Amino acid sequence: MALMEAREVNVVYVPSSGQRIWSVRDVDLVLEQGEFVGLVGESGCGKSTLGYALTRMLRPPARLEKGVIRFDGVDIGTLGGEELRRQRRNGFALVLQSGMNALNPVRNVEHHFGDILKAHARAGERYPAAAVRRRGAELLGKVGLDAAVLGRFPHELSGGMRQRVSIALALTLEPRMIIFDEPTTALDVIVQKAVIKTIKDLQGENGFTAILISHDLGVVLEATDRVMVMYAGRVVEDQPSKDLVGGLHHPYTEALLRCYADPRADEIHLEGIPGTPPDLSLPQRGCSFAPRCPLVQEICRQVDPPLAPMGHGVAACHVRAPSAAVAREG
Amino acid sequence: MRLRAMRYVARKVVLFLITLWAAITLNFILPRLMPGSPVDAALAKLASSGQPITNAERTAVEIQLGVPHTSLLTQYWDYWISIVHLNFGSSYSFPSETVAQTIGKAAPWTLALVGATTIIAFVIGTLLGVYAGWRRGKAADTSVTLGATFFAAFPPFWLGLLLLYVFAFKYGWFPIKGGYAPGETPNLSLSFLGDALYHSLIPALTLGITSLSGWVFGMRNNMINTLGEDYVTFAEANGLRTRTVALLYAARNALLPNVTAFGLSLGAIVGGSVLVEGVFSYPGLGNLLYIAVSNHDFPLMQALFLFITVSMLIAIFIVDLLYVRLDPRVRQ
Amino acid sequence: MSIVTAVPPPETPGAEVEIRIGPARPMPGPMRFLGRALRTLWSNRKARIGLVILALFIFMAAFAPLIAPHSPTATTFEPYQNPSATNWFGTTGSGQDVFSQMIFGARISLLVGIAAGAMATLLAVTIGLIAGYRPGVIDEGLSFVTNLALVIPGLPLMFILAAYLQSRSVWTIVLVVAFTSWATGARVIRSQASTLRTREFVTSAVFSGEGLFRVVFREILPNMTSLVAGSFFSAATAAVMAEASLEFLGLGDPNTVSWGTILYFAQQQNSLLTGQWVLVFAPGLALALLAMSFTLVNFGVDALSNPRLREK
Repeated sequence: MALMEAREVNVVYVPSSGQRIWSVRDVDLVLEQGEFVGLVGESGCGKSTLGYALTRMLRPPARLEKGVIRFDGVDIGTLGGEELRRQRRNGFALVLQSGMNALNPVRNVEHHFGDILKAHARAGERYPAAAVRRRGAELLGKVGLDAAVLGRFPHELSGGMRQRVSIALALTLEPRMIIFDEPTTALDVIVQKAVIKTIKDLQGENGFTAILISHDLGVVLEATDRVMVMYAGRVVEDQPSKDLVGGLHHPYTEALLRCYADPRADEIHLEGIPGTPPDLSLPQRGCSFAPRCPLVQEICRQVDPPLAPMGHGVAACHVRAPSAAVAREG
Repeated sequence: MRLRAMRYVARKVVLFLITLWAAITLNFILPRLMPGSPVDAALAKLASSGQPITNAERTAVEIQLGVPHTSLLTQYWDYWISIVHLNFGSSYSFPSETVAQTIGKAAPWTLALVGATTIIAFVIGTLLGVYAGWRRGKAADTSVTLGATFFAAFPPFWLGLLLLYVFAFKYGWFPIKGGYAPGETPNLSLSFLGDALYHSLIPALTLGITSLSGWVFGMRNNMINTLGEDYVTFAEANGLRTRTVALLYAARNALLPNVTAFGLSLGAIVGGSVLVEGVFSYPGLGNLLYIAVSNHDFPLMQALFLFITVSMLIAIFIVDLLYVRLDPRVRQ
Repeated sequence: MSIVTAVPPPETPGAEVEIRIGPARPMPGPMRFLGRALRTLWSNRKARIGLVILALFIFMAAFAPLIAPHSPTATTFEPYQNPSATNWFGTTGSGQDVFSQMIFGARISLLVGIAAGAMATLLAVTIGLIAGYRPGVIDEGLSFVTNLALVIPGLPLMFILAAYLQSRSVWTIVLVVAFTSWATGARVIRSQASTLRTREFVTSAVFSGEGLFRVVFREILPNMTSLVAGSFFSAATAAVMAEASLEFLGLGDPNTVSWGTILYFAQQQNSLLTGQWVLVFAPGLALALLAMSFTLVNFGVDALSNPRLREK
């Protein structure tokens, strides 16, 4: 059985002033134990929202409007408050965007570990200070940090260190799945590489399922086994990572790839993607990428393409991955 | 880390001393700037009170309010000397004692009333604010907010009058005025303290209710802001218990701006106590100020103002020191 | 102010695209601005109630001669009377009609509240902006003065100033109140101004050669309107209370007719004990309502500047 199965996930934002915004639309997702998946897309495409939905961390005004999310066979939408809280141990964990503010400014790192250990202590488990320090040092070691960090406060740590502490804290829960939401966004390039390497090594050693959310395609391709590309709330391509360089892809993916330049090349071609993403408070007709797509055809404006086989994965494009179902109807 | 904390404390001490100096100097300048020569008025009133004025008393009053035909610098120097000796001259509202003695008798009453009430109001108000902020939008929040808005609008002296009317006059449950039963002399016996407590309940209630609301609002706003922070989200994602998140992660951080505000609000609380004590004829510093101002008793006014300002500066200083313990970030 | 590329996607992807950088919309004129602010305030339930109450008081003050049945100062009635058909709220110790006094009293309270509030806010904005925008010696100096003004207890200082000053007109009170309550607002405005100073749109304005006045008034100040408005309403609330307190303690002008003086005479004549509780109840209630209306509107202003506080 797959570790996580999400069907028809739809998330809507309902701000106080009127217009509802559909930020995640009809997303299906199946994750096996041990997979390392990347979720990529530009700002506002819904990837972080999807991550929050999968860990039941959506907050008003965001709401899971439709869809069933099963973790290890259990529908997490039906879990009550206390059940959900306990599910966080040995279940699914979330590491926040770049971890900058993810730590409580008035508590030191050791207390952070203590809080988690005590919150999830099983009957008979006790966590006096020595035990907390021991476990904390052990977890910090896993992310490459020295035990001395335990006594520090968040403002005394650099951005990269704080990010690693966040990861170590998530590991305390011995989760079977971790979602990393933009773990490297606010970090400089060198620290980025170190953090991604840490995540990849941890995933290899501990075998947890991981979702890496990022707008940086390069980072994702390096670390993950499989990549899902999102645009305007939909998954538009789902491929093994190594297949993503070269070959034909969804026009949006191709445009994303063209945004990257090889610094060692003789000639550098940098292209942006003209236009702006669609306004998700309006109902979408046809393919959302059609207004910006170089391959656009009439059918693209009328019918929203379903995910159809392409290469070793799937893509949602009438041109690159024509769907048998659509062809039958057309 | 200790060293950094020491640097913060040192800076605060220096600031305290400079502000203290400035406040005392302001107190020196004020009567000398005012139109209509307060010193002459004060001396005239003293003379008319029937008691003989010694030269020492005359000098003391002049030093406080303005010595004619002397350079400002000399006056300033003498002023400082007299302050160090706590010599403020005689008041003509209480001719039989020095100003210092009058203030000394009234101070404990205000300290007890205002001090206790302020701390209790702060604690209760903050807790209510945490509760309202945590349950934002729900019935609990709305009722707390409405209640606080309602009570915050009451002018303190009006609330005092109302409570006095209802509880003291109509129902006779509480005494109408004073800090203790008439005819008693203040002492430290248990029965006297009990009587004093009895007399201070309504004034305390008045002061408490009006200042409570401020804390509720402030804390509620801070809570709402803090609840949007990433570390609260992360704490929830890590499955921490609700109570832990609410108190140790949200409230503990939301508390910080309130503590700063507490220090600064002491001025308003002292002001409020003036009105409340006036209404109840409670024998504290506020009542004294009321009497002094009504009688144009300038020596008493000057000394009172100095005393109140210095006490407040000390209180604020203590709050600043407390803040270091609460926020590790300032120990930089 | 945001910098956006206000450009529609091109017809043929990959074609040359012209990108313009500039303000998203031109700054609306002051009238449109006010209109939009009022509309936003109105949408907040608490602020709406506050605005209604405030409007009622303003109406009462403006049309006092038409609404009040008698002159507030005429001593033509039987003194110490309880409410009756001619004197709805009874009469004072000098035989004046309390109801008319209440109506006319609104004028003083509103006048002092708004005037002192405005003056205090003006002081606060001036000092706060200068201190926040010009770091260094000027900032240090002004901040020190502000902190000093903050720690010196306001009400006692007010009492003492009022006691020293011989003239007792309403304007004296306005000045005294304004002079003792500008510090809180100044501190808040200074911290906001110094945050805004380092923001990109200000830097770009300075680089493009905008003069000091333009930068302060057209770039920084509009981003602080809700802060300034909040400061004004807080100051106005404090001013109303302060005026009433001063009158109550006998430090005001006993000849003016204000809610505070009604309370003063009521206290002098022990009206509670003689059964004339209306003389205590009515002005206090009016003061409380006026103060509450300012506070309620302030809720709406708070929500304007901090979206997290907006009502769902």
